[in-house]
Amino acid sequence: MVSNLSSHLTFLFAGSSLISLGWIDSLIIVIYFCFVLGIGYYLMRFTKTGEDFFMAGRSMTAWIAGLSFVAANLGSLELMGWAASAYKYGILATHWYWIGAIPAMLFLGIVMMPFYYISKTHSVPGYLKLRFGEGASMLSAVSFGFMTVFMSGINMFSMALVMKVVLGWDINFSIWVSALTVMVYVVLGGLLAAIFNEVLQFMLIWLGALVIPIVGLIEAGGWNGMVARIQHNIAGGDYTHLWRTMGSAQDNPMGIHWTGIVFGLGLIISFAYWTTDFLVVQRVLAARNLRAAKMAPIIGAGFKMMVPFIVILPGLLGLAIIPGLVGEDVAKVTGQHSFNEVLPLMLARYAGPGLLGLGVTALIAGFMSGMAGNVSAFATVWTYDIYKPVHKKLSGSEGTDAHFVKIGRWCTIIGVFVSIGTAYLVQHFDTIMDYVQALFSFFVAPLFGTVILGMLWKRCTKAGGFWGLFAGIGSSIAMWAWVKIDPSALRIIALSEHAKDMAENMYRALWSWMICVLVTVIISYMTKPKPDSELVGLVRGCTEIPSEGDLPFFKRPIVWAAILFVVFLSLNIIFW
Amino acid sequence: MVGNKGISIWFFIGTLLLIYGLIITAANIYEYFSHSMERVIVLKELNFGIWWGILLIIIGLIYFISFRPWKKK
Repeated sequence: MVSNLSSHLTFLFAGSSLISLGWIDSLIIVIYFCFVLGIGYYLMRFTKTGEDFFMAGRSMTAWIAGLSFVAANLGSLELMGWAASAYKYGILATHWYWIGAIPAMLFLGIVMMPFYYISKTHSVPGYLKLRFGEGASMLSAVSFGFMTVFMSGINMFSMALVMKVVLGWDINFSIWVSALTVMVYVVLGGLLAAIFNEVLQFMLIWLGALVIPIVGLIEAGGWNGMVARIQHNIAGGDYTHLWRTMGSAQDNPMGIHWTGIVFGLGLIISFAYWTTDFLVVQRVLAARNLRAAKMAPIIGAGFKMMVPFIVILPGLLGLAIIPGLVGEDVAKVTGQHSFNEVLPLMLARYAGPGLLGLGVTALIAGFMSGMAGNVSAFATVWTYDIYKPVHKKLSGSEGTDAHFVKIGRWCTIIGVFVSIGTAYLVQHFDTIMDYVQALFSFFVAPLFGTVILGMLWKRCTKAGGFWGLFAGIGSSIAMWAWVKIDPSALRIIALSEHAKDMAENMYRALWSWMICVLVTVIISYMTKPKPDSELVGLVRGCTEIPSEGDLPFFKRPIVWAAILFVVFLSLNIIFW
Repeated sequence: MVGNKGISIWFFIGTLLLIYGLIITAANIYEYFSHSMERVIVLKELNFGIWWGILLIIIGLIYFISFRPWKKK
């Protein structure tokens, strides 16, 4: 029996690894899995109705919704992908945390959240249904469904890669254990279990990952010592300034002009992701009142601003302390370490007994929180926005609440298995993040055009919303295919002959958003708008937003949003 | 806590951090005295594991006590 178990484990954990876990580290990981499953089991008793399962009973405080809002985004792309990107592109990767997140999160809290919350929608496609009808809603729901399963696949692949590099675990073993754990606790406790575990995972991510920047800075001799080492390792390259090198695409390692970052990332991709991607918006919709719903993204923005400390800084420290990591393609040929492995390499460098287990647990927690976010959002959209209308048409009845909870649980299971299938497809890009950006610009950028026009412009019509969204998605896919067939087309789309992959994604998002807006406006002026009475609760100018005048000054969301915006501007100036 | 019912999520977090803190502190104190470090790490003279374990215990205790389910309301 013992020898059988031993040979089985040898098979599972076969392969070369950076380190082997001690029994203390293994204990830390096992306890984590017990806790997340236990929380799912405990919360099952509170998950009886559809409102409980899909919306966590709309009972979350601003802090829980806010932390969950950020944690759901802390998947593999945040931890592994951005540490790798920081190694490849330097501090420019921070743009995805600051200009690529903070203004959009604050805008969501202050401007958009009232309409999402007052309309009592259960999802972003649900809002589109109320505003534009079935067509735009279905198009959005189906595209979102595809994107979430791809995102889940990315999460799983990255997690399995970490486990393979750090521990030598078999990739299939890692994928199946983490995926099935997420599946069990989301099936049991629905969004409630996903949110509670995300908050737990958020704490573990910080406490496990903080080890690297703290000890790393000590080894490198502080920030100045790190910068000096990077300059010594990469002569002539500027990897530690945010804006100084963005005057021309050929002056920075990312190969992108500042207009791509400001307009493509800052105004389109970030607003699209943070304000219309249901994966994150769902967490805020679970808030217990409008003020909590407005504060949640603002609280999330505060924490988001600090995430580069545990993600980007380790990548920069890697550039200073362990230079010579190569791209994935080269690593496969030469056997060297890839820069995609920089985070676990740094972890192995500093973490002793128990701390290593905590660091690995932080990585697993990051992957699982992202995966749970995708799966719970997928189940909600699939059940409410795709299955429910089809069920109504076919059966002629509304269907019971219990029936949809059951369908939601089945969707969770199916979503996990479909995600597992996609995990093996995510191996075609130089870094994992490039792939994710391509996906974002297919679906999310045009969706932002449709939602923002629908929310702020009452003249926008049902036909305008649908055809604008359709044209935006179609044009994005067409541009992507154009560059795939003829790589020289990149210089036309990204407006520079020095542009690289990342720049293409920025500009493709920008153009697809503009096409969406243009088509929406033209079609809207050609068609008849809804009367104002049908837009109450959905559109600015037709909806009465509750006043916050009775709240003390320090409790008003607008005050905290203003404070965070000043901090955001200051950080950009400091690291200019 | 769901609505006003049940155990707060912060209690779960406090309990987990407390357990982790105790394990990590004990393991690193044992390492320190036994000199049995199997794997070489950089800057091990900082005894970072011990300090980090103590930090986890403090944070864990704060949450554990503040959000204990048997606390009188």
